[in-house]
Amino acid sequence: MPKLLSGAEIVFKALEDQNVEYIFGYPGGAVLPIYDELKHHKSIKHILARHEQGAGHSAEGYARSSGKPGVLLVTSGPGATNAVTALTDAYMDSIPLVCISGQVPTHLIGTDAFQECDTTGITRPCTKHNWLVKDVNDLSRILHLAFEVATTGRPGPVLVDIPKDIQFKKGKYKFLKHTLKKKFNGKVIHKISNSELDKFIDLIKKSSKPIFYTGGGVINSGPDASKYLRELVSLTGFPITSTLQGLGAYPGDDPQFLGMLGMHGTYEANNAMHDCDLMINIGARFDDRITGKVDEFSPGSKKIHVDIDPSSIGKNIKVDLAIVSDVTTLLKSLIKRFKEKNKNFVNSNKQKTSKWWEQIGKWREKKSLNFINSDKIIKPQHAVQRLYELTKNQDTFITTEVGQHQMWAAQHYKFNKPNRWMTSGGLGTMGYGLPAAIGVQIANPGKLVVDIAGEASVLMTMQEMSTAVQYRLPIKIFILNNEYMGMVRQWQELLHEKNYSESYTAALPDFVKLAESYGCVGIRAKTPNELDEKIKEMINVDRPVIFDCVVDKAENCFPMIPSGKPHNQMILGPEEEEEISDEGKVLV
Amino acid sequence: MTKSKSAYSVPGKLGKTERHIIVVWVDNEAGVLARIAGLFSGRGYNIESLAVAEVDKKKHISRITIVTEGTPQVIEQINLQLKKLVPVHKVADFKRGEKDILFRELALFKILGNSKKQEKVKKICKKFNPVVLDRTNKSVVIQVTALRAEIDKLALDLKSLGLISTSRTGAVAMTKGQKTFN
Repeated sequence: MPKLLSGAEIVFKALEDQNVEYIFGYPGGAVLPIYDELKHHKSIKHILARHEQGAGHSAEGYARSSGKPGVLLVTSGPGATNAVTALTDAYMDSIPLVCISGQVPTHLIGTDAFQECDTTGITRPCTKHNWLVKDVNDLSRILHLAFEVATTGRPGPVLVDIPKDIQFKKGKYKFLKHTLKKKFNGKVIHKISNSELDKFIDLIKKSSKPIFYTGGGVINSGPDASKYLRELVSLTGFPITSTLQGLGAYPGDDPQFLGMLGMHGTYEANNAMHDCDLMINIGARFDDRITGKVDEFSPGSKKIHVDIDPSSIGKNIKVDLAIVSDVTTLLKSLIKRFKEKNKNFVNSNKQKTSKWWEQIGKWREKKSLNFINSDKIIKPQHAVQRLYELTKNQDTFITTEVGQHQMWAAQHYKFNKPNRWMTSGGLGTMGYGLPAAIGVQIANPGKLVVDIAGEASVLMTMQEMSTAVQYRLPIKIFILNNEYMGMVRQWQELLHEKNYSESYTAALPDFVKLAESYGCVGIRAKTPNELDEKIKEMINVDRPVIFDCVVDKAENCFPMIPSGKPHNQMILGPEEEEEISDEGKVLV
Repeated sequence: MTKSKSAYSVPGKLGKTERHIIVVWVDNEAGVLARIAGLFSGRGYNIESLAVAEVDKKKHISRITIVTEGTPQVIEQINLQLKKLVPVHKVADFKRGEKDILFRELALFKILGNSKKQEKVKKICKKFNPVVLDRTNKSVVIQVTALRAEIDKLALDLKSLGLISTSRTGAVAMTKGQKTFN
C-alpha cells in the first residue's frame, strides 16, 4: 500500500513533480497547513508578495519570461478575490498560471464562514477551468490536470480551491501524465493536411500586396516559433507587422518589419493592413484595438488565420483560410513544403511585390513615430529612445504598466528576441508592470529588467517594491512622470473638449524619497541634458531603483486611429489633432 | 461627420438570427451547469430553453439540450466556446426545422372544472399524447408532449377551460432513423 500523505504534502509533491521552482503568494488562515509544509521542500522557493494581485502579476511575469507556468498561492476570501485581476489578466493574454487557493473547511462551505467566498464561482469566467477539491484522494489528479490545462492548447490560468480540512486529511498520491489525453484545448488535436499547406502556399504565390500580421501566439508557442517566423519572412520577402503582444518575435530593427499595428501602430503598418491583398495572421486574434471598425477592416484582402484556439477564428473577422494549429508546428511544416517547390522564391517574386514595397516606402516617409523634441523638457518618447539606446547592447527585459507610456515603449523600444516584452494587453491592467518585473527578475537573475511605467499606474501596486527589496531583485522602475493619467487625459483632450475630469493626480509622492523609504535607490531626471547620465546610473546600480523621469505633461501619443475609423484614416500628430478638435478649441 | 466619443469601435451591421438547438454532453460534476450557463450569460448569448439530465449513470455523463437564437457567427462561437470547456465531451448543433431531427417538450396542465369541462380538455389535447395523471371531481392534471409552439397554443386554448397552472420542460432532441448525434 502506498504511503498516505496529507493534502498539504500532496500539494508540494505535485509541485515538485511539475518541476516548480518558485511560488508567488501570501499566507492566511485557510492555507496555513500548506505554508506549514513549505519548510520541508527546499527545491521550491516562496516569494512573499505584499498583495495577492502583486503575487499574481509576478507569477505572470515569471511565466512570460521563462515559458514555464507561474504558480500562485493565496488564502480564501480576500486572498482569492485579490487574485481575480491577475487571473483575468492572464486569461486575456493567454498566460499559463496555476492558482492554488485555500478555502474554509468543507463543513463550513455555504455558511458565510469567516473569509469564505465562492471562489470557484467568482473565478469561473476568468480561468480556463477551476476545481473545488472535496476529497483528498482527488487532489493529486486535479493538481496535475490543472498544470496540463494551464499549459496546453491556448495557455491560460486555472485555479484549484482546497478546503482547509482537505489540506490536513491523508490521502493517496498519484502522478499520471496526460490525463486530458485527446483533448487539446477541449478539442481533438488537428493534423495539418498537405492540401491546407498547398492552399496557404498558393495564396502566398498569388499575392502582390502581402503582409504578415503576427501576435502573442508566436511568443506562446516557444522560441522555435520566432525562429521559424524569421525564416518564413525571409523566404517570402514579405513585410511583417506585429501586435502589441507579439513584439520581439521578429527583430524590431529589421527592414522588413513595419512596426506595431493597431490604434497606436505605425502609419505604414496600418495602411499596409488596409490595402493588402493577402493578410497572413499568425497567432493574433483580430481584437478591436487592431481592427477598428470591423466592416471596413482590410476590405480587399484574402485572409489566412493560424490560431491554436478554434474559437478565435471567425470570432471578429471572417477569413478565407483557417488553420487550427500551434504556430511552431504549422510554420515548420509550411516552410518545409514551401522550400520543396519554391527555392529562390524571394528573387523570382521580387518584381511582383516591388510596387507594394514602393508604396510601403512612401508610407514610411511620413515617419509617423516622429515627435518634436525639446532641449528644455524631457519628451517621453525621447526618454524611451534613450533608454533603448543605452540598454540595447545587453539582454534587457521590459515590462510596462498601462497607458501612454506603454504605447511609447511599444513604439520606440525595439525588441529582437521573444519573451523580453511583458505588457498587459487584453485586460489593460494598470499596476501590472512592477510586480511583473519582480517575476521576470526571478526567472532571469543577473539580467536587466526595466518596468517602463507611468506614475499613476505604478502607484496601484507600488507596495511590491518592498518585495523587490526583500529578495534583492534589482528591478528598475522607469517612471515617465507627467502627473496625469496620460491616456485618459489624451482622450479627454481629443474627444471630451479638454474637460480633464479627475485625470490629474494632485499630491503625488516624492518618488525619490519613496524609493529611499522602501530601501531602494531613487533617481530623478528633470532635463534632457542629464537624462543619459541618470539612466546609466540606474543601469549600473545593482539594487532596485525607482527612476522619476519628469516629462512633458501635455504630450500625446501619436499616431492614432480615432475610434470608429478604418486603418487608413490615422491621425499623425498634433497638427492634425487641431482639425478634429475644432469644437474643443472653441470651448477653451 | 459625427464624431464618436468612444475608445471603442461603433457596432457593425447585425446579421439575421436563426434558432438553433445545441446538444452538449458533459461530465455530470458540480458546477457544470453554471459553467454552461455562465458562458452564455458572460458572452451575451441567449438561452431560450434548457433541459438537462444524466444519461449515463456509469460514466456520469449528462446531456444538455439548449435552444438558442443568434446570427450564424454567434452560433458558431457558441459551439466553439462550448467545446473548449473541460467537462464538455461533445457538442451537436442543428437548426430548428431540420428534417431528420425530432424535438419534444413536455407540459403539465392543471385545469379546474367539472367532468364536462374535463372531457373538452381531453379532446383539445388529443393530438398531443395526453395522459391524465390526477383527477378529482373538480380538477384534472394532464400531461402532453408536443412542440413548443403547439404547447404555447394549447395553453392559450385551455385558458378558457379553467387552466390554473402550467409546468413545462425545455426541448429535448433526437435524430430520426439509425443515426445518432456525433
